[in-house]
Amino acid sequence: MEQFFTISGTTLTVHLPSELDHHNSEKIRIEADRLIRSKNIRRVQFDFSQTVFMDSSGIGMIIGRYKTMRFMGGTVIAVRVSEAMRRILTLSGIYKVIDIYEGMPQQTYLS
Amino acid sequence: MHQNEMKLEFDSRSCNEGFARVSVAAFMTQLNPTLEEVADVKTAVSEAVTNAIIHGYEGKINKIQIRCQIRDSVLFIEVEDYGKGIPDIRLAMQPLYTTKAECDRAGMGFAFMEAFMDSVEVESTVGKGTCVKMQKKIAREVCSEEND
Repeated sequence: MEQFFTISGTTLTVHLPSELDHHNSEKIRIEADRLIRSKNIRRVQFDFSQTVFMDSSGIGMIIGRYKTMRFMGGTVIAVRVSEAMRRILTLSGIYKVIDIYEGMPQQTYLS
Repeated sequence: MHQNEMKLEFDSRSCNEGFARVSVAAFMTQLNPTLEEVADVKTAVSEAVTNAIIHGYEGKINKIQIRCQIRDSVLFIEVEDYGKGIPDIRLAMQPLYTTKAECDRAGMGFAFMEAFMDSVEVESTVGKGTCVKMQKKIAREVCSEEND
């Protein structure tokens, strides 16, 4: 259940837990915001590789980070997204504002 | 006619959200659902329970009750809280409407329930509580009689 954060340059990768509900989203939100503020983050990358469940609380958490990053001129992407998680992301309409990748995108287009 | 029932009551703590959806998912396995149907029901239950915790009780600890019934191939779920109630149900159910935007609420809870279940009905009395009633037909045939 434990989630991890890794920082590489100005990119923060959030390794999402297997179940992204209200309970888990709250913990991630607090830590992600602290890191974004203190580490000059320009890009947030949500890694869905371990995630098998997400509800609207997870969507809310991602939209919240998107708003913060957009305000600071940064970007948010979702990577290693399974078919089941893509369904939720699509239904929520969030794909209109953040890019969603099945695998890992090339690192060459850093914002 | 295949019929079965269960009732579950638990504290409105966020750590019980996972417990609630997994319990309902376990109960519905007798309908031999697809993985997608299980995922749909888990999401809908998670939304209703989260609403009870965040909006019904606003973080205070009280009881949430889930009642499930299977009638033939239809799963009926009721999620009830005894919290503050919803003054305007139609407004609350509108996609993107939320009273707690500052808490990163997407305003999609009811929209997700409606998307993943065949029907969603809400009964609420201000000061008394809210009951969300959902149903979903599980397409495949019920498991055979020998399991009864």
